[in-house]
Amino acid sequence: MVSNVLIATRELMYREALNEALKEEMARDDKVFIMGEGIAERGGSYKVTVGLLEQFGNKRVFDTPISENGFTGAGVGAALTGMRPVVEILFVDFTMLILDQLVNQAAKFRFMSGNTARVPLVLRTQGGVGNGLASQHSQSLEAIFYHIPGLKLVMPSTPYDAKGLLKAAIRCDDPVIFIEHKLLYMNKGEVPEEEYIIPLGQADIKKEGKDLTIIAWSGMVPKVMEAAEILTKEGINAEVVDPRSLVPLDKITIINSVKKTEHVLIVQEAVRRGGVGSDISSIIQEEAFDYLDSPVKILGGLNTPCPFNLNLEKMVVPQVDDIVRAAKEVVYFE
Amino acid sequence: MKKNTGDFLVSLYTTMYKIRNFEEQAIKLYRDGHIRGYFHPYLGEEAIATGVCAAMDEKDYITSTHRGHGHCLAWGADLKIMFAELLGKENGYCKGLGGSMHIADYTKNNLGANGIVGSGVPIAVGAALGISIRKEKQMVSTFVSDGGSNIGSFLEGLNLAAAWKLPVLFVIENNQYAVSTPIEDSTGETELYKRGIGFGLESVRLDGNDVLEVFEIAKSFVERCKNGEGPFLMECVTFRKGGHHINDPGLYLPKEKVDYYKIHDPLLIGKKHLIELAGLSKDDIVEIEKLVMAEIKAAISFAIKSPEMSEKNFLKFVEEY
Repeated sequence: MVSNVLIATRELMYREALNEALKEEMARDDKVFIMGEGIAERGGSYKVTVGLLEQFGNKRVFDTPISENGFTGAGVGAALTGMRPVVEILFVDFTMLILDQLVNQAAKFRFMSGNTARVPLVLRTQGGVGNGLASQHSQSLEAIFYHIPGLKLVMPSTPYDAKGLLKAAIRCDDPVIFIEHKLLYMNKGEVPEEEYIIPLGQADIKKEGKDLTIIAWSGMVPKVMEAAEILTKEGINAEVVDPRSLVPLDKITIINSVKKTEHVLIVQEAVRRGGVGSDISSIIQEEAFDYLDSPVKILGGLNTPCPFNLNLEKMVVPQVDDIVRAAKEVVYFE
Repeated sequence: MKKNTGDFLVSLYTTMYKIRNFEEQAIKLYRDGHIRGYFHPYLGEEAIATGVCAAMDEKDYITSTHRGHGHCLAWGADLKIMFAELLGKENGYCKGLGGSMHIADYTKNNLGANGIVGSGVPIAVGAALGISIRKEKQMVSTFVSDGGSNIGSFLEGLNLAAAWKLPVLFVIENNQYAVSTPIEDSTGETELYKRGIGFGLESVRLDGNDVLEVFEIAKSFVERCKNGEGPFLMECVTFRKGGHHINDPGLYLPKEKVDYYKIHDPLLIGKKHLIELAGLSKDDIVEIEKLVMAEIKAAISFAIKSPEMSEKNFLKFVEEY
């Protein structure tokens, strides 16, 4: 964490932190370029790419036609031939249009070529529920990418993590799926003045505790932090572990926390069935079964498409009181 | 015809003969159990890869298809390493991990065969995008079949290349069949070069079995790509000599077409060029063919003797996945 390090920081929004990461990496390496729908002059739907066109010109910052599969494939081809493209897909839901290029192409080239090809592609997108965006713009689809060998998967929850991880993703020689959360863009947090990088595969303990490990990522982290405060008042001291990157996954930090607290709650926004939480749970049970004092609990979204109606929308993804309730179930398990 | 000297015609014929006999020998190896998995022969289409690649420089790029052995060889692949890959050996182009459908040589700008029809097209567009950003004088040729010309990847790739004015040459190898479905059943417009026109590309349709015709047109498009006039499209009409893959006898191919293309064969046409334009005798040609066959035999023996990747090496290789 930044707060206990003696370096100058300032407060930035998540989207500003991402913007800084892009600017710094583009200035550092002229092989980095960005493309996507409405990202150049408009600066992107969530203002992440504002100012880049002016600074780097239209050869390195440009809009694409509505042609996700085509321009993602173009990103793959550019990456294969020495460039470092950052491709933006407006909504993670639209990545379903580009699965061939990600799963059959980008994820496979290094392997299929006998380790001679490299695909240093960053696929930036955003997911999760917004406020009434309905079934085709609210999904959390990380499990699909988590499942595919050859892809890295990053899901930052804070401005600090977003910046440091995006810089690492751009420097990574393998394809990285970088999923932001649409409700985090305006969140503020401390970000150092000086340059830093967060290596992929390092979890962060967002709050230390001894009674229970809560594992969460992306948009669930702020909710879990809120729940943890309530739990503290009720005498439960939760440790909050944010893996930050799901592939590679920092198993060591997770297992060490589990060994300490002996109770685990995994909170995921994605639907409960077939999620990353299920896999993390299985890892914990394989590697730390003897330490567990109660079954690992997964609090996930309902197994349903997302409704448009705002009250119903709240029902389908975990809310703060759901998290508090689930945490107590784990700690007071009989 | 700048490069149309005797030596050049010999090199074109040599490449086509090499592809033809690589395939025929590989089919024997398959029948003998040395090669497993899928195998899509390029038999009958040799003039296209040969003519297009001869028009390009080694700094340029190609993307290939599932029917890709011909593209690799025309691009200059080493027969020994090719055979080794088909046999799944560790000294193959992909250490035996790719096989027939995934042969690539990234060190030499061959961006690879592709097991997913049409998916090499956007990748080629991306390679051209990189060229354009770097302001290099290079270009990319992307091979795609008539079947592949119906998929979104191809159409999106055409549109992107046109919108961004990229140095790409789209080469449609119209062999008239998508697996077993004739082109007339696959589309309402069987003259596929018109797709290019629809997206604003200068596009032509030509005899894909005449290596000189392919070369001449490709040469002009390649040069114009490098002068910033791209992209272009060429539809090369050809015919697949046989089924979709090695275990498909192709019984659905109409006899009259099969018979026509037995005579209108790229190698026979190439031979005619050697005799009529380069003044070679039949004996001269036999000598050329003998040399190629000797090289092929040596490559096969190299591949058969080569080791496979050990389990230990494989596990080390996949550690980080």
